[in-house]
Amino acid sequence: MKFSFESRVSSLEFQVPNSRYNTRNPKPETRNPVSGRALAAILVLFLSTLYPLPSTLAFSLSPPEQFEAFDMPGDGGGSIGLSWRAAPFDGPAFRYQVYLADQEQGPFTQFIEFPANTHYKSDVDRPWWSWDRTRSLHFYQVTSTRDLRLVNGRPYFFKVAITDGTQTVDGPIRSAVPEPNLFNWAKANNLLLMVLFSALVLIAIAHAKRRPNIFLRRIPGLDAVEEAIGRATEMGRPILYLTGSDDMSSLSTIAATVILGQVAKRTAAYDTQLKVPHRDPIVMAVCQEIVKESYLEAGRPDAYREDSNFFITSDQFSYTAAVDGIMLRDRPAANFFMGFYYAEALLLAETGAGTGAIQIAGTDADLQLPFFITTCDYTLIGEELYAASAYLSREPVLVGTLRGQDLGKAFLLVSIVVGTVLATIGALAGTQAFVPLLQIFRDFK
Amino acid sequence: MTLFLRRTLPLLLTFFFGVAAAIQYYVPHPVSEAALTEISVWLRITLGFAMVLGVASLCHVHYSKIRARVAGWGYSVVVYVSMLATVAVGLWAGGQEEGTGFGWIYTYTLLALQGTMFSMLGFFVASAAFRAFRARSKDAAVLLVAAIIMMFGRVPLGEYLIPAAGPLSGWLLNVLNTAARRGIIIGISLGGIATSIKIIFGIERSYLGGRE
Repeated sequence: MKFSFESRVSSLEFQVPNSRYNTRNPKPETRNPVSGRALAAILVLFLSTLYPLPSTLAFSLSPPEQFEAFDMPGDGGGSIGLSWRAAPFDGPAFRYQVYLADQEQGPFTQFIEFPANTHYKSDVDRPWWSWDRTRSLHFYQVTSTRDLRLVNGRPYFFKVAITDGTQTVDGPIRSAVPEPNLFNWAKANNLLLMVLFSALVLIAIAHAKRRPNIFLRRIPGLDAVEEAIGRATEMGRPILYLTGSDDMSSLSTIAATVILGQVAKRTAAYDTQLKVPHRDPIVMAVCQEIVKESYLEAGRPDAYREDSNFFITSDQFSYTAAVDGIMLRDRPAANFFMGFYYAEALLLAETGAGTGAIQIAGTDADLQLPFFITTCDYTLIGEELYAASAYLSREPVLVGTLRGQDLGKAFLLVSIVVGTVLATIGALAGTQAFVPLLQIFRDFK
Repeated sequence: MTLFLRRTLPLLLTFFFGVAAAIQYYVPHPVSEAALTEISVWLRITLGFAMVLGVASLCHVHYSKIRARVAGWGYSVVVYVSMLATVAVGLWAGGQEEGTGFGWIYTYTLLALQGTMFSMLGFFVASAAFRAFRARSKDAAVLLVAAIIMMFGRVPLGEYLIPAAGPLSGWLLNVLNTAARRGIIIGISLGGIATSIKIIFGIERSYLGGRE
């Protein structure tokens, strides 16, 4: 294809000097025209061999082919995709212009122009099952902006033109209607893995119901709960329990409230004072119910104090200052820091360490873990916080979920190892063969 | 009826909203987005009403302390005075902060106190590091060595004195630390999904309080 363009240029160049040849020869009839043309042709061919003309300068522009406009898949609407076949002459010297109109007849407004060697379908970061990542097609996504608003359900008309700065060639007109989609197929792998993992957990729970004797590894932080409460009882000092800084919609807060129930049962049995200061009134109301229930279950409803759960403030550092004050004034024998924490983690735990209390922390705030590990006697790291309710209660159904979690972790570990090996082989061999398989695990969260 | 209200209805609502929230992640339709926004608004409204519970609890606890003259009951008086004064000034200012006494209290009292608490973090880091970095065990010794490398690598003077500390601290941070952190995050994610399943299907229900 490229070769044929250059041939055409040669013939073009051959004809242009022909007129000059005539002006330079006032008496053309005295010369042999055939030999002169042949000589000129040979000269041009010779020169073009020595100084090859760039292909970009040497052809007539052709309109973009296979131009399509379509609703972008897997979005909430307000977006249209445009694609057209990449031309062999695509290069920085040429530019594509994209036009938009409300009606087929126009008027069309140009809203973007870019070099012809940019904007390919392969540039779009989507997995293979939801997107054809080919480099043979140009792609441009038209999205709603402040200036350009695409209304769902309304047709829009597009055309793409190519220009070399002097000449512009328009492509065909195509229309598309932006529509909201019900499913984002790019997240299909995520859904599949989540469903598989959920099924695994439910199977593990069913299995645990049939065979309740499941081995649980020791978690020192949870074994120490008994020790901490016993110490507080012996010293006649209260126990301070914090449920974290998040609200009730946080998983770590729910886990913290579940552990509180187990701790409250023991404090009820030992008749030890429990203090639970709160940052969130809803969490406080939930914890009041849980603690009351635990005291009932322990057969000590008389020992329950309504003010064991109390609200301080929702402000981060005011709460921290108040809790630090409680630690310094009341000198609790044991401090529990369960749930999610932010910058206040060290301020709380370090103050508690200064009072000599036994401290047990449990958080899934990975950034605060180092502070708890350095200042607390025991720290439940990440998932151990979620495992606490199963560990303390030993209920087979809850323990079954831990087995499901472990199976999921084993699966992910194997996937990581296999994926690393395949990605390394692919990189060394320069092959993309493993990419489809590896993409299944991308964005899994 | 009581059992239904105390147990069955909350479990049904938990199941419905748990499944809906999970599905919402995969549905890009504007209706799905609007539902999420609407629920967030409802949550904020609920929290607003719940704040009454919180304030009532705060008042009750400090009133009990003042009445019983427990040690430090003066602090409870300070709580009452400052809370009521702020509310009064806020009402007087019509809730406006700009150029009012309410704004003055916020800027020159609350913000200053918050800043004080936050700045104490620096001293607490120093004291916690001092305690943690004593090489009492092999683990603590590893922590100590890693911390020394990190400190030399992250401070210009340290990197000037030991040029290898810079790349070494970067390797510690980007390879060893990130690997461990990702391991923890994977565990947290799986634990989170498992806990969500337990809650959505009503397997874990102790957070609801009272038994059947």
